[in-house]
Amino acid sequence: MTDPNTVQLTEDGRLKHFLTTEGLSRELLTEILDTADSFISTQERAVKTVPLLRGKTVVNLFFENSTRTRSTFELAAKRLSADILNLDIARSATSKGETLMDTLWNLEAMYSDMFVVRHSDSGAAHFIAEQVTPNVAIINAGDGRHAHPTQAMLDMLTIRRHKGDIEGKIVSIVGDILHSRVARSQIHALRTLGAAEVRVIGPGTLLPSDIESMGAVPYYDMKAGLADCDVVIMLRLQKERMQNALLPSEGEFFKLYGLTEEKLAFAKPDAIVMHPGPINRGVEIESAVADGNQSVILNQVSYGIAVRMAVMAMAMSGQQTPVNSEEPA
Amino acid sequence: MNLPDIEHITQDLAEQVSELISERQLDNPLLVGIRTGGVWVAERLNDTLKCADDVATLDISFYRDDFTRHGLHPKVQGSELPDSIEDRHIILIDDVIMSGRTIRAAMNELFDYGRPASITLICLLDIGRRELPIQPDLCGATLALNDGQLVKLTGPRPLVLTLA
Repeated sequence: MTDPNTVQLTEDGRLKHFLTTEGLSRELLTEILDTADSFISTQERAVKTVPLLRGKTVVNLFFENSTRTRSTFELAAKRLSADILNLDIARSATSKGETLMDTLWNLEAMYSDMFVVRHSDSGAAHFIAEQVTPNVAIINAGDGRHAHPTQAMLDMLTIRRHKGDIEGKIVSIVGDILHSRVARSQIHALRTLGAAEVRVIGPGTLLPSDIESMGAVPYYDMKAGLADCDVVIMLRLQKERMQNALLPSEGEFFKLYGLTEEKLAFAKPDAIVMHPGPINRGVEIESAVADGNQSVILNQVSYGIAVRMAVMAMAMSGQQTPVNSEEPA
Repeated sequence: MNLPDIEHITQDLAEQVSELISERQLDNPLLVGIRTGGVWVAERLNDTLKCADDVATLDISFYRDDFTRHGLHPKVQGSELPDSIEDRHIILIDDVIMSGRTIRAAMNELFDYGRPASITLICLLDIGRRELPIQPDLCGATLALNDGQLVKLTGPRPLVLTLA
């Protein structure tokens, strides 16, 4: 596969698709966060929509189930005044035997301007970005174990808004790192944005063997891994992993890695607790922590809309050839 | 060409705006500057007008009609307006008026915040070349530029005008 950045960036370095946080510059990631910040302010108004993408058609193309991500993309598109079409592919054409490319060509024939893609195969969004005609932007809403870049960026925005900056912070990511596209995208973004240390904590069976080459430090113990950290990110324990002997039992996992008030006390007193959702209470996080005053889990959801608005607006503008002239006065 | 003395014009304009406010009986007006130059001009006018509210700012990046041609401005700073502009008399201020498209975008954005009682438009300089039927209520000076010439205001203090 070609280098994702030759696909997702224009020749002058602007965002054209958003496939992965890997390899994107600090300037571009910061631009996404700054743009998202200004969309937070427009959403606090009585009229939450801005006319930026009026007349554009966005298609939510979800080959894998999702409620939160799909609905926040839908709200983001609506708040940019775009028209949005939700396609539940799992239940539609592909189940009747239509190939992926035929589905895409049909959607292109409906004059779509952007596809938001979630797929269980790693690299699916990248593949689609290479196949679509020019002027259709692709936003990756999660592909296999590979990447979930908008989730990572909303997490970066959450850290920046609650801790001031990402530079110099110690961030601990806890749980099933091996199967987590969220963790991968977070690690790339955190390293690029200058986090002092990125730690991953979990049982050896759930930590990827190449984690250190990604710039993260593995820990097998919560006490050591949470010591003095500024941010704790809990990942959802995917119950299906339990069946293939990667984990002894839910109870055992909670005892060792579940976030309780006692374990959270190892982190800095003002550390924030994050979770991409949906949370499994009593499996990876206890209710007292999930609902406690260090939790910013619901703030993440609000910021998710602003980040998705920013990425959609930037990618749509990256699809246009800039006209060289002065701003109107 | 000789550019006008911007400090002098700003002072004169402030006095004219003050007269206009009393003439039109604009009670408790709200000064709204359009980023970036309009905010500088609004601040300077407020040195004289001393309005009760701070100068509000409008960033029209999300409302521009040329977004699909020019893309998003990389440094969108967002607007800062009071909680409600409902029934307020708004004095909308920009540094330079040309096509009128910025003002159209600004008015569209203002109405997404509420329904003001009135909007009065003040521009420091009018360089003509209008593309929309929008005229300022007051302007500091009118400049006749050559084809392709533009002016650039730097600030905030002092305000300096150069040809671009």
